[in-house]
Amino acid sequence: MLQVSNLSVARGGMTLLCGVDFSLSAGQILVLRGANGLGKTSLLRCIAGLQNPVEGQIIAPETVAYSGHADGLKGQMTVLENLAFWASIYRGPSPDVALDAYDLHALADRPAANLSAGQKRRLGLARMQVSGCALWVMDEPTVSLDADNVALFRAALARHVQSGGAAVITTHIDLEIASAQLLDLTRFKARGLSGSSAFAEALE
Amino acid sequence: MIQLFWRDIGLSVRSGGGFGLALIFFLIVVILIPFALGPDQAALAKVAPGVLWLGALLACLLSLDRIFGLDFEDGTLDLLATSPLPPEAVYIAKAAAHWLTTGLPLSLAAPVLGVLLNLEFETGKVLCLSLVLGTPALSLIGAFGASLTLGVKRGGLLLSLLVLPLYVPSLIFGAQAVRLAGQGLAYDVALVLLSAISLGAAAILPFASGAALRINLR
Amino acid sequence: MGWSGRLLPWIAAAAAVSLCSGLIWGYFFTPDDMRQGSTVKIIYLHVPAALMAINGYLLMFVGALVWLIRRQHVSVLAAKAAAPVGMVMTLVALATGAIWGQPMWGTYWVWDPRLTSFLILFLFYVGYIALWAAIEDEDTAADLTSVLAIVGAVFALLSRYAVLFWNQGLHQGTTVTVVDGAKQENISNVFFQPLLLSMAGFGLLFLTLLLIGTRTEVRSRRLKVLQARERME
Repeated sequence: MLQVSNLSVARGGMTLLCGVDFSLSAGQILVLRGANGLGKTSLLRCIAGLQNPVEGQIIAPETVAYSGHADGLKGQMTVLENLAFWASIYRGPSPDVALDAYDLHALADRPAANLSAGQKRRLGLARMQVSGCALWVMDEPTVSLDADNVALFRAALARHVQSGGAAVITTHIDLEIASAQLLDLTRFKARGLSGSSAFAEALE
Repeated sequence: MIQLFWRDIGLSVRSGGGFGLALIFFLIVVILIPFALGPDQAALAKVAPGVLWLGALLACLLSLDRIFGLDFEDGTLDLLATSPLPPEAVYIAKAAAHWLTTGLPLSLAAPVLGVLLNLEFETGKVLCLSLVLGTPALSLIGAFGASLTLGVKRGGLLLSLLVLPLYVPSLIFGAQAVRLAGQGLAYDVALVLLSAISLGAAAILPFASGAALRINLR
Repeated sequence: MGWSGRLLPWIAAAAAVSLCSGLIWGYFFTPDDMRQGSTVKIIYLHVPAALMAINGYLLMFVGALVWLIRRQHVSVLAAKAAAPVGMVMTLVALATGAIWGQPMWGTYWVWDPRLTSFLILFLFYVGYIALWAAIEDEDTAADLTSVLAIVGAVFALLSRYAVLFWNQGLHQGTTVTVVDGAKQENISNVFFQPLLLSMAGFGLLFLTLLLIGTRTEVRSRRLKVLQARERME
């Protein structure tokens, strides 16, 4: 489902990662590990299609469900309205499944601005469910979640891959899912390479 | 795309600082004009078309940085960019929502405010028509400017600096149409050219804005 | 960088020579105009400056296009360097136009189509330069300003015609006749040759400033890349 070959990823003109190689099929989870500032976020953004890699190739489905650091919620809309909006954009399944998965029924009519940080994160994760996308690309999804809610996330993720989905996740916690593979990105760190920006041409 | 359009309209209505603000600003500008120019009725009637067009134009500027800015700040724009919607569609939906919540109300309010400036009723009708035809261009151009200055902190002033020169053709044709109508002359050429700008903007700016959005979200 | 560095002194010298000779010839060695007296001589500054003002934006447009299509950094840096030069040329054209017109019109400014179009052009220049300055990341700034330059070019052309439409109703015929009159007299060699020389001088001056500016931008970029590389290690 996802294939990354010889990928170089940059941010702000500086190449961060170089020669990244991996592939992912349906039903698999890939957990990316590495120090802060290594380029995990930039790599995920490349996979999600938000930025272009400097070099290499990404073969991914046309749309992926992406979850970044920000929650991506509209405060003036209720929980249900937020989910219904994304469901209609992605032409995905009804929000009820997502509400079930993250135990949000009680909060369905509450404006998103009135949620706690943990509840907002749950709503952000619930959005992945209504997208109906096979590939989930998630950047630190469990930040600000307590143990119970992390369990909900694990369960939802497990269900997703069991039904044929896949996921690429950066996280520091242990997902406790057997099929999850770990990839430490430290060995792909770009060393002493010149800036990737076109302006580096200027150095010639 | 339609869902994004309705969502933005809903958000604009629910949050303060969107919907009614432009109308209030327009009102205040029109009220300030006689203080600046003196209360002579004839003089006010003469400048009314241009002043009303200018007031509506400036009122449009107010909410431009919110078009993309709000979504950019809370991460929704990233999500829209990864969704099946292409950035061009995001631009069109948002520009259309801006027009419906800003341009159209201003167009309808203008003849009413024209009463304060001694604008004749018949001329007021042409004013309303010219604004309805011209404000789409203002929303489209404004949204383009917003897409350019997306990442700039406190970019409101820069946004105005970029957008106002681009507004000049629309202002010229729009105000001229109303002036001609006030003098009893034919104004259809001006209106046609005004509409042409709106249509032309709708044709080329989505691609320019889509590119700008992609660039800014990298 | 190599060839521009070698050519630069020559181009600068040629600019100085042709500019000086053109202006001195035009100001001191041509007869006064019948109607306008010696004020018409400002044409030796006004016309070339106006030409360069438009040329500057054209260069920005081409540079922007080449950057967006082929991502060759020199083109966008040349566009960036052309902007302040073009902007100053626009100001010179506006100022000399106003000075020229003052004896004729009695005021320093009238809203005639030509001057108004240059005023709008000035605003487009300012916007372009401001956007460059406002964005921190170099690549992003290059891309966004290029999009602006292209859309701006379309609207600048549009404004030119809109301004003509806007001014038709007012009788500013005098300005047109004045300029036309001056242009007609330029058919006579007496005025035309120094004007050509002056135009060549301005063109070379523009080229000189453009080369200096572009080289500076390129060096500035190299410096930033080296600094960033240093930070990485």
